[in-house]
Amino acid sequence: MSEILAAALVNGLLTGGVYALVALGLTLIYGVLHIVNFAHGALLMVGMFGAWMLATHLGLSPYAAVPVMTLAMFGFGWALYRFVIGRVSRGEDRALLLATLGVSIVLENAALIAFSGDMRQLQTDLTFAVWEMGPLLLSVPRLISFAVAVAMAGLLWALMSRTDTGRAIRAVAREPEGARLMGIRPDRMFALAYGIGVACLGAAACLLLPTFYVSPNVGDTFVLVAFTIVVLGGMGSFPGALIGGLLIGVTESLGGLLLGESLGPICISVVFIAVLLLRPTGLFGAAR
Amino acid sequence: MTAPTILTRRTAIVAGAAAGLAMPFIARAQPAAIKLGLIHPVTGAVAAAGNRCRFAGQMAVTDINAAGGIKSMGGARIDPLLGDAQGRPEIAVSLVDQMAEAGALGFTGCFASAIGLAATQAAAKYNIPFCIDSGITDAMTTRGLKNVYRLFPNATSTTTDALAALDQINKKAGSPAKTAVIVHEDSEFGTSSAKLQAAALPGIGITVKELIPHATPTRDFTNIVLRIKQAAPDIVVITNYENEYVLLARTLVQQRVPLVATFSIAGGGFNLKFAKEAPTVVENMMDFNHWYNPKDPRALGFRKRIEDAGQVFTWEYLFGYFAVRLMADAWERAGSADKDKTIAALAESTFSDHWLPYGPTKFTNGQNSGCHAVALQFQNADMKVIWPDAFADAPAVYPRPKV
Repeated sequence: MSEILAAALVNGLLTGGVYALVALGLTLIYGVLHIVNFAHGALLMVGMFGAWMLATHLGLSPYAAVPVMTLAMFGFGWALYRFVIGRVSRGEDRALLLATLGVSIVLENAALIAFSGDMRQLQTDLTFAVWEMGPLLLSVPRLISFAVAVAMAGLLWALMSRTDTGRAIRAVAREPEGARLMGIRPDRMFALAYGIGVACLGAAACLLLPTFYVSPNVGDTFVLVAFTIVVLGGMGSFPGALIGGLLIGVTESLGGLLLGESLGPICISVVFIAVLLLRPTGLFGAAR
Repeated sequence: MTAPTILTRRTAIVAGAAAGLAMPFIARAQPAAIKLGLIHPVTGAVAAAGNRCRFAGQMAVTDINAAGGIKSMGGARIDPLLGDAQGRPEIAVSLVDQMAEAGALGFTGCFASAIGLAATQAAAKYNIPFCIDSGITDAMTTRGLKNVYRLFPNATSTTTDALAALDQINKKAGSPAKTAVIVHEDSEFGTSSAKLQAAALPGIGITVKELIPHATPTRDFTNIVLRIKQAAPDIVVITNYENEYVLLARTLVQQRVPLVATFSIAGGGFNLKFAKEAPTVVENMMDFNHWYNPKDPRALGFRKRIEDAGQVFTWEYLFGYFAVRLMADAWERAGSADKDKTIAALAESTFSDHWLPYGPTKFTNGQNSGCHAVALQFQNADMKVIWPDAFADAPAVYPRPKV
């Protein structure tokens, strides 16, 4: 039993790394900018189809596609905010919510038209690669995702706290009028931050593809858990998104093992409520 | 020299009126087209499968019309009315009402059982014959509706035949499988199927070690596979939908679980697309499902037509195609599209012009009692019929060779 418990714990950490990857972009968009981004799942789906097409049409491995898709998704996210979401919402929260919901519906239906409802998958050289750790067989693609999630959390933390751009984004999110008086263009900063958040999804999409499937509604599978992680970790905290992702991964894994796979997901809600009761701002959230 | 004919305004009006009066008689020389409603979910969660049924249904209409229509009705053409049920039973009911109003004299559909149950009931109000193309639930033909006919197997016969197939394949190989773990999704479909399987497997000498339910969607199957590894069964029986089927199959390979076989009944992800995308995962996986008779050359030609159209062949194409052909056969036998006569012709039908792995139809309360699904196995990334012997195009690779 101890062996299977250890395996479930390690597997939970690795799965949590995948969740953290998806949540990191959201913590910037939702946690920092306070945009309830209903399009997050649909944008992940766009990234996954992009990586899938690069692999199937150009033979580019999803790992080699990480820089390409990160840049492409940054451009897509930036343009989406600059020309659609920003213009439609004019900064109003309710309109932002509806705008991202609209974008999500359009993207998912466009994918249905382009790719049909079929699920697709990709088998790479690494898909079934495992790292043997005693009796445990650890999935190499999951280990890579875990490492990238840690690196990405660190990079985003450094960007937001150690650079002028990061400070400008935070300033705009907290006090747009004040930031404008200091010469910062809020609309540009919002578009830039939205682009960075979507770029994270581009990387996450590439790293998910070797072990998961892609279909027009694949984003729905991850989006709710990503919102949970952002709030649990603390709004706008990148270390929080990482630790929150790992905590959710482990909770889900051990809950599934001990209570059964049908009841296991309930543990996520229990941990979520418990953490917020003890720390209403989340694990790493700062009181405002 | 003949004087030229001068067309005056008066003669033109008279000629026009005469032609107008004669038109209905000219039109009556051509038999009226028979309107056939094709109701499928072509958008929504099960859109992919619904589209495949519709595609094949339209193909059948084109083939019948190209071959001269319904000959006993003077070559009447079939006019398809297309409806999108969007995966919602209430939309299907509304489509039946609209199409009945538009003059539909028959229906085929609806891929999913829930949609089919609602649509057939709605069609019964109008006494319009309904040929089910897919929808496995027994209830489709056990509610006493006189207008509903299913050419294909129902859930009970599929499960019974599947276990008979597994039993024979296992015994032929010296009974290497003595224990099983059943992995199933936890809604009505998976839970009721798993219960049936768990009750029946001991009867064929296979002890069920564990039933493992999982939610839909499930993002990661590693824990479930670890539990399977711990239970160390000889076979894993899978009952779930496509996405989870694929993830579970991949995780079983990744975690190197030694098994005699994996077996599913109407496995959600058991299709040629999966074989094409993950050939190493699917190799020697087994499923009990609907398929064509591989020994009939027309079946291979049909599959090629589908593949030439850029599609990956699945059983839904057979369902969509032959549901329409069964309806057309009834019109042909009845010599009329009258609803009562068509329903009587369906009840008496001995439709055999098909390439399915069964003989002529014999309907009992709307269910074709002579139909059977077959055991299939992926071999060299293609799908082979391995049971029954009469239709098998390859011997079973069982137990699965150790890697």
